[in-house]
Amino acid sequence: MLSIDNLHVRIDGKAILKGIDLDVGSGEVHAIMGPNGSGKSTLANVLAGRENFDVTQGEVKYLGEDLLALPSDERACKGVFLAFQYPVEIPGVSNVYLLKAAVNARRKYHGEKAIAAGEFLKLVKEKVKMVDMKEEFLQRAVNEGFSGGEKKRNEIFQMAVLEPTLAILDETDSGLDIDAMKIVADGVNALRREDRSMIVVTHYQRLLDYIVPDRVHVLADGRIVKFGDKNLALELEKEGYGWIRDRLEREPGAATR
Amino acid sequence: MSAVGQDIEKLVKREYKEGFYTEIDSDTFPPGLDENVVRAISRKKEEPEFMLEWRLKAFRRWQRMEEPRWAHLRFPKIDYQSISYFSAPKGERPKSLDEVDPKLLETYEKLGIPLEEQKALAGVAVDAVFDSVSVATTFREKLADAGVIFCPISEALQEYPELVREYIGGVVPAADNYFAALNSAVFSDGSFVYIPKGVRCPMELSTYFRINEMNTGQFERTLIVAEEGSYVSYLEGCTAPMRDENQLHAAVVELVAKENAQIKYSTVQNWYPGDEQGRGGVYNLVTKRGACRGANSKISWTQIETGSAITQKYPSVVLEGDNSIGEFYSVALTNNMQQADTGTKMIHVGKNTRSTIISKGISASRGQNTYRGLVKIVKGADNARNYSRCDSLLIGNHCGAHTFPYLESKNPSARIEHEATTSKISEDQLFYCMQRGLNEEDAVSLIVNGFCKEVFRELPMEFAVEARKLLEISLEGAVG
Ligand SMILES: Nc1ncnc2c1ncn2[C@@H]1O[C@H](COP(=O)(O)OP(=O)(O)O)[C@@H](O)[C@H]1O
Ligand SMILES: [Mg+2]
Repeated sequence: MLSIDNLHVRIDGKAILKGIDLDVGSGEVHAIMGPNGSGKSTLANVLAGRENFDVTQGEVKYLGEDLLALPSDERACKGVFLAFQYPVEIPGVSNVYLLKAAVNARRKYHGEKAIAAGEFLKLVKEKVKMVDMKEEFLQRAVNEGFSGGEKKRNEIFQMAVLEPTLAILDETDSGLDIDAMKIVADGVNALRREDRSMIVVTHYQRLLDYIVPDRVHVLADGRIVKFGDKNLALELEKEGYGWIRDRLEREPGAATR
Repeated sequence: MSAVGQDIEKLVKREYKEGFYTEIDSDTFPPGLDENVVRAISRKKEEPEFMLEWRLKAFRRWQRMEEPRWAHLRFPKIDYQSISYFSAPKGERPKSLDEVDPKLLETYEKLGIPLEEQKALAGVAVDAVFDSVSVATTFREKLADAGVIFCPISEALQEYPELVREYIGGVVPAADNYFAALNSAVFSDGSFVYIPKGVRCPMELSTYFRINEMNTGQFERTLIVAEEGSYVSYLEGCTAPMRDENQLHAAVVELVAKENAQIKYSTVQNWYPGDEQGRGGVYNLVTKRGACRGANSKISWTQIETGSAITQKYPSVVLEGDNSIGEFYSVALTNNMQQADTGTKMIHVGKNTRSTIISKGISASRGQNTYRGLVKIVKGADNARNYSRCDSLLIGNHCGAHTFPYLESKNPSARIEHEATTSKISEDQLFYCMQRGLNEEDAVSLIVNGFCKEVFRELPMEFAVEARKLLEISLEGAVG
C-alpha cells in the first residue's frame, strides 16, 4: 500500500526528516510514536502533500505510484486522508457544504457524477452518529468555535464519510478525555478493513489500548529509532522517551532501525 | 512568497465574459458638456419644462463645484469635455418587445438576461437600459394589474410628471455632491418604481444597465417610492465591454419608504474592472440614499461589488420615522488594480431607530479596498441602536484593506457596537480543503464564499446563486 524509502525533508533549510523508511501493507495499522518535535506531523503532512516542505532525498510509493509527484487534492481523491493535529476553522462554510464538495471532487476525479442530495444526506446522518454528535453539528461552520474534542471527532466523521484507502491520524487522541478518546477509537476500529491502511500518530501509549496496531515505530530527531509490535508501546509507556535522548546524545546520528 | 501564495495570485486572474461590444447604429452626441448639451438631452426625452429647469440649475451648481478627492482612491483627473453625454440605439423607442432590435435582445440574452417573457426568470421583471436609454421593460402588464408602476424614468416624466416632480431630488438633492449634481444635469434614463399603498409587489423588479458605446458616460437615475404598508424588492445589475479607455458611470438612486413600507435594494455590480495592468475599466461614482420617511419603515441595501476600476459609493439610509430600520450588507471585491472606497451612512433621526452594517471586503492581487462608514445619531434620536461589522480578507501580499468607521452621536441613549477584523486565506485553510479533495480554485472560492455568507443570504434567492457564481468567476483563472 505505502512504501517510504529513505525520505529526507527540510523545512526552511532545516533538516527535519533524516531518512525515513516505512512500509505499510494493505489492511495494516501502524503506530508512530515519539517525543514532541521529532517530526511526526512533518511526516504526516508530507504524505498528505503540504507545500513548503522540501523533499531532498528519497521516495514514497502509494499503490505503486509516485505519491510525491501528485498535488495534495489528487492524493486525496486517490484515497489519502489526513486527520489533522490542529484542524483549521473555515468561517461561514458549513460542515456538510465542505464534505459535499469533497465527496463530489472525488467523484468528479473518478469520472462519476455528483452525489444526489438525498443520498448524501442519508450518508452524513448515518456517519455523524458514529462519532456521537447531534445532527446540528452538520450545519455548523467547519471547526468554528468547536471544542478540542469536537474538532477531533469532526476529523473522524469526515474520514468516515470519505472512506479513505490510507488514513493518517495525527495525534487525534491529544487533548481528549477518556470518553472522547473511546469514541474516536471506536470510530477508527469500525473503519478498519482489509483494503484500508492506517497510520496512527500518537504521543501517548493510551490510544493504543483501544486501537491495537500491527506495528509500532518510534520517531526521534527525524529518524525511526526503534520499531516493533504492539508491546513496544507498552515498553515506551514504562520507560518514557528519556532513553532515546540519552542514546542520541551518546552516538549522534547513529540511530538505528 | 510561498508557492501557495503565488498560486493564489494566479488564481485570482479572471476573464471578463461580459466584455463584448454590440455593433449597433447609435445616435451619439459628440463629446463635450455645456448648457446646450443639457438642453439637448431634455429635448430628446421630450421632458416637461420643470425638468429642464431643474437640470439647468443642477448644471450651474455643478460648474461651481470641485471634484472630490478625499476617498482612498487614486485615478487621473476626469476630462468631462471628452465624454459623450448621450448615446442611444437609432430609431424610435420600441413600443413592444417585437420591435426591439434583435441585436439588443441577443446582447441581453448573452448576458444571461433574456427579455422575452417566456424565457425570462419567473418572478422577475426587467428594465433593460442600454447606454443612455431603456430599451425594454418586461412584465409591465402583470405589474400594472397590481397597481405597480415600473418603467423607464424618461417615460415616467411623460406619463406621471407630477409623481416624479414630487419625489425627484427629495432624498438626494440636485447639488448634494459633485457627481450627484452632474447626474442631475445630464441623467438620461433609469428606472422609476411606484408601489401604491398596501401593495406587496408581486415580482422582483430589476434593472440591467449596460454601457456599450465608447467614450460614453452613463448617468442613470433611479427613483423608488414605496407608499404606506407596501413592499418591494429591487435588483440592479451592470456590465460593460472591455476597453482600454476608462468610462464614467455616475448614477443617483433615491428611495422613499413611507410608514410600514419596506424596500429591499440589491446590487450586483460587475462593470468592466480594467485589465491586469489597470488599463481601462469603469469609474463607478454613485450616490445612493434612502429615506425611511414613515414610522416602522425599513430600507435594506445589499451590494455585491466585483467590477469597476474605481468604485466610490455609500448607499445610505436616513432614519426619520420612529422605529425605522436601515440595513447595509456589502461584499466588495478588488482584484488586479481595482480600487473601491465604499460603505454606508446611517443617519438616525427618529426614536428607537435601528441600523445594521455588515461589510465584507476582499482584496486580491494589487487591489485596494476601503470601508468608509458613518453612523450619526442626532439629538432627538432616543434609543438608537447600531451594529457594525467590517471584515476584510486579503488574498496575496500586494493588496490592501482599510477601514474608516466614523461615529457622531449627540444622544447619550444610543447603543453602538462596532467590530472589525482583517484576515488572510491561510495556507492551512487551503491545505485543509485540498486535503479533502478540492482543487485550489474550488478551495479559494469555498473559503471566500464562507467569508461572504452573511451578505449572500440577504440577496433574493434568484440572485444569490448568480452572485456566488460571479464571485467564483472573479476569482477564477488558470491554475498553474
Ligand atoms: N512550518 C514549519 N516551519 C519551520 N519549522 C517547522 C515547521 N513545522 C515543523 N517545524 C519544525 O520541525 C520539527 C518537527 O516538528 P513536528 O513534525 O511538528 O513534530 P511532532 O509532530 O513530532 O511534534 C520541529 O523542530 C518543528 O519546530
Ligand atoms: Mg505533531
